[in-house]
Parts: sequence; C-alpha cells; structure tokens
Amino acid sequence: MGSRERVLQNILSQQAPAKFLPTFETNYSHDSDNFQKFCEALESIGGKAVEIVTWKGITDHVAEQYPSMRRIISTISELPWYVPQFEHDPHSFENVDLSVLKGHFGVAENGAVWVTESLMGHRSTPFISQHLALVLNKGDIVSTLHEAYDRIDRISYDFGIFIAGPSKTADIEQSLVLGAHGPKSMTVFLVAT
Amino acid sequence: MDTKEKTADHASRASAFNRDEQRVNWHDKTLWFVREKRDKAAWQIPEWEHLRELASQIKDNVLSNLHNYLIQFEKQASSNGIIVHWAATAQEHNEIVYDIIRKKGVSQIVKSKSMLTEECHLNEYLLEKGIDVVDTDFGERIVQLAEEPPSHIVLPCIHKKKEEIGALFHEHLGTPEGSSDPVFLAAAARADLRKHFMKSSVALTGVNFAVAETGEIVVCTNEGNADLGVQLADTHIACMGIEKIIPQRKHLGIFLRLLARSATGQPITTYSSHFRKPRAGQETHVVLVDNGRSERLKSIDFRNALKCIRCGACMNTCPVYRRSGGHSYHYAIAGPIGAILAPSLDMKKYADLPFASTLCGSCSNVCPVKIDIHDQLYRWRQVIVKNGYVNPGKSLGMRTMSTVLSNPSTFRWIGRLGRLFIKHLPFLVNHKLNPWYKKREMPAPPAQSFHQWYKTMRTNGK
Repeated sequence: MGSRERVLQNILSQQAPAKFLPTFETNYSHDSDNFQKFCEALESIGGKAVEIVTWKGITDHVAEQYPSMRRIISTISELPWYVPQFEHDPHSFENVDLSVLKGHFGVAENGAVWVTESLMGHRSTPFISQHLALVLNKGDIVSTLHEAYDRIDRISYDFGIFIAGPSKTADIEQSLVLGAHGPKSMTVFLVAT
Repeated sequence: MDTKEKTADHASRASAFNRDEQRVNWHDKTLWFVREKRDKAAWQIPEWEHLRELASQIKDNVLSNLHNYLIQFEKQASSNGIIVHWAATAQEHNEIVYDIIRKKGVSQIVKSKSMLTEECHLNEYLLEKGIDVVDTDFGERIVQLAEEPPSHIVLPCIHKKKEEIGALFHEHLGTPEGSSDPVFLAAAARADLRKHFMKSSVALTGVNFAVAETGEIVVCTNEGNADLGVQLADTHIACMGIEKIIPQRKHLGIFLRLLARSATGQPITTYSSHFRKPRAGQETHVVLVDNGRSERLKSIDFRNALKCIRCGACMNTCPVYRRSGGHSYHYAIAGPIGAILAPSLDMKKYADLPFASTLCGSCSNVCPVKIDIHDQLYRWRQVIVKNGYVNPGKSLGMRTMSTVLSNPSTFRWIGRLGRLFIKHLPFLVNHKLNPWYKKREMPAPPAQSFHQWYKTMRTNGK
C-alpha cells in the first residue's frame, strides 16, 4: 500500500464523528466610512494613501516623492512607464525601482489591496521592486475580508494576493524595519470616480 | 547543540536561561508587549469572539471530515496543475523533497518559514545529501547562522539581542564589527539574501491554509520572502501538515482576520498569497504530511490540538514561556501549544513539557481557534504519570501528598510539625533539596492552623 492510501485509511479509521460545518453571516455591521477607514488602516501599517483626480496626479507625485528613480515599470497604459509586454525572466526586474500596478479593490479593516496576476505583468513585480504603488478606484473599497472574499469569488485568478503595506520585519529586538525583502514603501493612489 | 543539552529537561534549561536576569526581564516584557498589541487588535473587532467560535467549529468539521477534504483538495489542486505528494512520516517527507531537488540538479534552495520542516528536521537531512538550505525569513536566517533552532514560531530569534546579531553578521556577512542598529542590520541581510534569491531555482515554503474547494494554498508573510523566492524560482515546493486544510475559500475571511491579529496585533500580514496554478513554465509541488497526525485524530482528549493555526499567541501570553525562553522546550514548537503537541509524537522524550505550565489558562483564552490548551496540559500530566514517565522524586512527592491530603488527622499532625520546623528549625526545610525554597522566601508560620482557630472560636461560643 502506498503512502497516500496508508494516510487516507488511517484518517478514515481515526477521524472524529461528523461535526457540522457552520454557516455564517458576512455582513457584520461596520457603519463607518470605508474610504476613511482604509486610509487610516493603510497608514497604520506603514503605507501611504494619495487621492488623485487624473493620471497626471500619479506622475506628479512620483516626480516629487521619488525624484531619483531610474527604472519605473507599469502595467497601466495611461502612464508613461507602461510596459506593453513583460519579459518572461523575472530576474530582469532586479533593478526596478518602482512598479505601478492596478489593484482590484481595497479592504477598509486592514488596508490590504487585492491584486491578481493579470494586473502584475509578471508575478514577481510586486515583490522584487524597491518600491510599490497600486492604483484603486476610490469606490472600490469593501468593509471586511468577508466582503472581500465575496468579490474574489467573482474574479478568476491563477495567483492572487492581499498586499498590505511595505514589506517589513521586526525580527531584530522587535524594532520595526520597513523594507525586509520586498518594497520599502507602498503608496496607494485612490482615483476619484 | 551537544547531546547533554538535548537530554536536559525544561526546568534545567529554564534555570540556565534565568541566569541572566536582565535578559529574562527583557524577554518577558517584549513578549507581553506583543500580547498587548494582540488585545488591542482583537478589541477593535466587535465580532471577535464570534469569529473564534466559527473558526473553532470549522476546524471541528475539518477534523471530522479530513479524509474527504484531502481527496477533494488533491483533485482540485491536480486539475490546477499542481503535483500532490503524500508522506506518512517525516522521513518520507524529507525523501520526497530531496527527490524533487535532486531531479532539478541544484545544490542550493531558498526556504521561507515552515514549522513542519523544523518538525521533520529537513535542513539537516538535506545538508547530509549535499543540499544547502538558505532560510530567508530574517529571524530564521539569524538562528541558522547561529546554528540554533528557532525559539518562537512567529519571532524565531526573540531570544537574541541586537549586539549578538551584529556579531553574527560581522562573522558571516562581513558587516563592520560592533554594529547593532536594526535598520542597518536588516539592510545587510536584505542585500545578502537577495543574492540567494537571484540564483535559486528551487524555493520551498510552508502553507498556512489549503482550500479543499479550490485546490489553492495560502501563504502569509510580512517580509515577502516566500513570494520573492517562489516567483524567481522555476520550482515551488510547498510542505504542509494534513490538518492545514480548510473546506471553502470564504473561510479564509475568518482565519485571516484572526491570524495576524492574534500573532502580532497587525490587522493582516503584509502578504497573503493565494497560489492556485503554477506560473507559466513553473512547477508547483505540494507535499501532504501526516507524521503522527492521523493517530491523534482518534483521541477525544487531545485531537483539538490539530486545530492550531500557528499564531504564537499562547506563547506570548504564557508566564512560563516568557520567563523560560523557547529553547527550554527542546521541541520545534515551543510554549503551551508545543507542550501539548510534542508528547503525542514522543511521550517519553517530551514528558517534562506539560509540567512547564502554571495551568493559569491564559493560553486557552487567547487561542483564536479555542483549543483547550491548559486542560490538555492537565490531562497530559495524568497520562504521563500513568505511563511512568515522571521522575521518581516527583511521583514519590505526589504520592506522599495524596496520602497526607486524604487523611485529616495526618494532615493536622504534619501541619503542626511544619509550623514548628519553620519557626524553630528553619534549616530543616530551607535547603537546596526543597524546590519550594528556590527563589522564594517563606512567610512566617502562623501560630495556629485555621482548623484550630475555628475550633477555639466555636468553643468560645462566637
């Protein structure tokens, strides 16, 4: 008998008597303003929320905040850093200073943004860049993770991720350091609709 | 680690840790601070207790239907293009992982945090086969360089001071001698590990949740090391215990709301990656590991320990863990949860661990999946004593105590004797052989017992 059969048979003969799978409501009442809450949550985890009206708002902000960036890439055709076709080899992104990508929606309770592979150009871009910026519609913010998964059910993906702030570590004496392995900063541009 | 240290029990390791009082105080306070952050995060969610109850019930359901969920997960994952492996033991797990690496013809891999691979001693196994494993979580890299196991499942090097980390980095990464600034040290580790990420074509990760319904696996990190490793590699190996299954994707909403808040007080980890299908040209392997878990399913008393989502909240809150350090538990998972998981793997070797507790119950109160940790600690003590795995001194003491406490006249007589001794011949009790006097001053003995006092009061008609 192979390991698979051995493990499965062992489980079948040992597992607990059937217990029900609970059903639950996902509409926990959170009446506060989702947009406001999202911005506060994002700031609290080391991210930055920037409201913009036009695409120029993004280029102006980048020029002002990141004047020394040499390589910026983006999957957004309206931006000057747009890359129509991403290379297959992720190692070619090693020297990327900033990636500007779209996100599907934000989550007010924790400042996270849901991004799937189709918005990344390559799966490695959100992690290998020194800095990350995501673009969201101001109206695309849900209250809790429960609502988030209701929405995720309607978006098919091969790889999807919640990104909540810059990469971070507190492994050295619990001192918070932003920029562990991934981006050192995360900006979310919120487009007024 | 030498063999002598390996066989030392929790109490003797704890006293070694306690030799440096300042460090113990720092350790204690730092972990309590994390516990306080957890409270703050939890209290912001009005439905927190409801979420814990739901998470616990979902895990109950998983443990009662694990057979079918695993088959469902395998079917979904396979149809997503993921290669699923089964390992009955730690040894089989290690062999499967080695076989995948060997076929790729590489001699180095990058690894993000996986407590399962600690449990299976994968690093040591691969090293013997000539494969170098680079731990990429900062804390794990630090303990790897120090040739130590992690002392905490979420904060692997919480027992180390920044000066010691600076010295390690000086020796291994060539940073200037005497540097201890966390920002500087983290930048040095980032630069060094980037090099390893750039050249590793095989990346190994743990798994936080595996969804039966969709066949996807979810991995949570703050550093981004799992993602950087996997997305730069051609081969992703994900290792998971079979109990990591959850039925449906929407259940992630509950577990992800609980996990990071319980662990560090963050509202969510920086990265919560959902791997559903391999990247174009990439191979993804999932190794499902039993290693004693299915055996544990049958025990009503102890099966709930399999609900654990590895947040570490029970360690941060535990008065014994905070003052004895993770290494005193001599098992991959320290603290209260480790003390109930370890004995089911090897009761004799870990017989000391369920006694490393005050049974205060704080662990059970913070557990996000409501494991009855302190009750299990109490039950393990009985199983261990029945099986004869406690030291003779303790079992003699307990037997004597039981005789004395169950016999009122002996109890009164011993009590009187005790008061006399403490008062007139203190050296008879206050000596090195009596553990009650370790780090303790005894109060002055009362003139009479409560029993005597009560009797006098009654006779005086009051």
